[in-house]
Amino acid sequence: MTFTDILRLSLTAVLIENFIFIKFLGICPFLGVSKKVNTAAGMGMAVVFVMGVASACCYAVNEFILVRFGLEYMRTLAFILVIAALVQLVEMFLQKSVPALYQALGIYLPLITTNCAVLGVAILNVENNLNFIGSVIYGVMAGVGFMLAITMFASVRERLEFSDYPKCFDGFPIALITAALLSMAFMGFQGLHVW
Amino acid sequence: MEKKKNDLNLIFFGIIDNNPTLVQLLGMCSTMAVSTSLENGIGMGLATTAVLAGSNVVISLLRKLIPQRIRIAAYVVIIAGFVTIIDLLMQGYLPQLTKELGIFIPLIVVNCIILARAEAFASKNNVWRSFLDGIGMGLGFTLALSAMAVVREVLGSGALYGYELFGDSFEPVAILRLPPGGFITLGLLIAGVQKLKSRGKEDA
Repeated sequence: MTFTDILRLSLTAVLIENFIFIKFLGICPFLGVSKKVNTAAGMGMAVVFVMGVASACCYAVNEFILVRFGLEYMRTLAFILVIAALVQLVEMFLQKSVPALYQALGIYLPLITTNCAVLGVAILNVENNLNFIGSVIYGVMAGVGFMLAITMFASVRERLEFSDYPKCFDGFPIALITAALLSMAFMGFQGLHVW
Repeated sequence: MEKKKNDLNLIFFGIIDNNPTLVQLLGMCSTMAVSTSLENGIGMGLATTAVLAGSNVVISLLRKLIPQRIRIAAYVVIIAGFVTIIDLLMQGYLPQLTKELGIFIPLIVVNCIILARAEAFASKNNVWRSFLDGIGMGLGFTLALSAMAVVREVLGSGALYGYELFGDSFEPVAILRLPPGGFITLGLLIAGVQKLKSRGKEDA
């Protein structure tokens, strides 16, 4: 993998095909934990970490177990189990060795199991035939794209508290309209080419 | 007779009062991603309904056997099993639709509606009621998806279920077909539902 390949893969994952705004993966935590910038950034960090590790583990499981024994049809089941186990392990590991980070991530870690961005990135890695390094880079960068999106969105939402809009738009609707405007901005990256 | 009425209510409860997408705000990812055309919306809705009904029944059957501490992991395995079955069936019989829905079929596993119903309903109720709840919630999801898909397909591509509706003079609003259109349509739909609900309260 050359440097340009890595650059292209990273830009694609972060901007051109942003997981939230273009691919619609991971919307639930995106809408759920974006009321404050601090918590949003914490969730983003947790997702970057888990997506990177999950990409690596799912690559290994796919390559050395599923493909070798001809069990590709069990992929969904195997991947979700790997991710669930992984999140538990990461939680226990952080609790013992990096308590500060564990405190910061708090309840967001267990929630990541049902974040479809994590399972999505594992399946996309297989569908796009990425090798090990490519999978990990794509996983981490897709996580960075998620973090960028949720942090931006949370800072807009903090300001929404003070703005005036029709009462029936309270809560989710106005958040969705905000997300639509951000998504339109991200559509602008579609024309970006990396050589 | 009284019991029968209760059971029917269970279905309508999922479709209208407690609509998973528009009221409970669950399962957003697939709602926005696949509602670009009515065909995709209905296909996705029915696939989710099948998984929901199946997993609700099995979880309800096993509700006394599954240890409390590992219940979430057990539910996920059961759900993933049903998703694999549906995925393989759809690949066999509806290859075109499977291609259109793509990654979102395996992602039914992490659709929060299914896990939410397993935890909140199927683990506490008998098999028949859980089955009805699954059907009701699934149909509610399908209905919300179809409502969104109709808006996005008619305005975004000037067609309905693949048939052209307007002549050549119609200029489609392309943004509704693109990702931002998903956010806008869902935002307006939920705003409409909230408006209706608050009006109901003022009357009562």
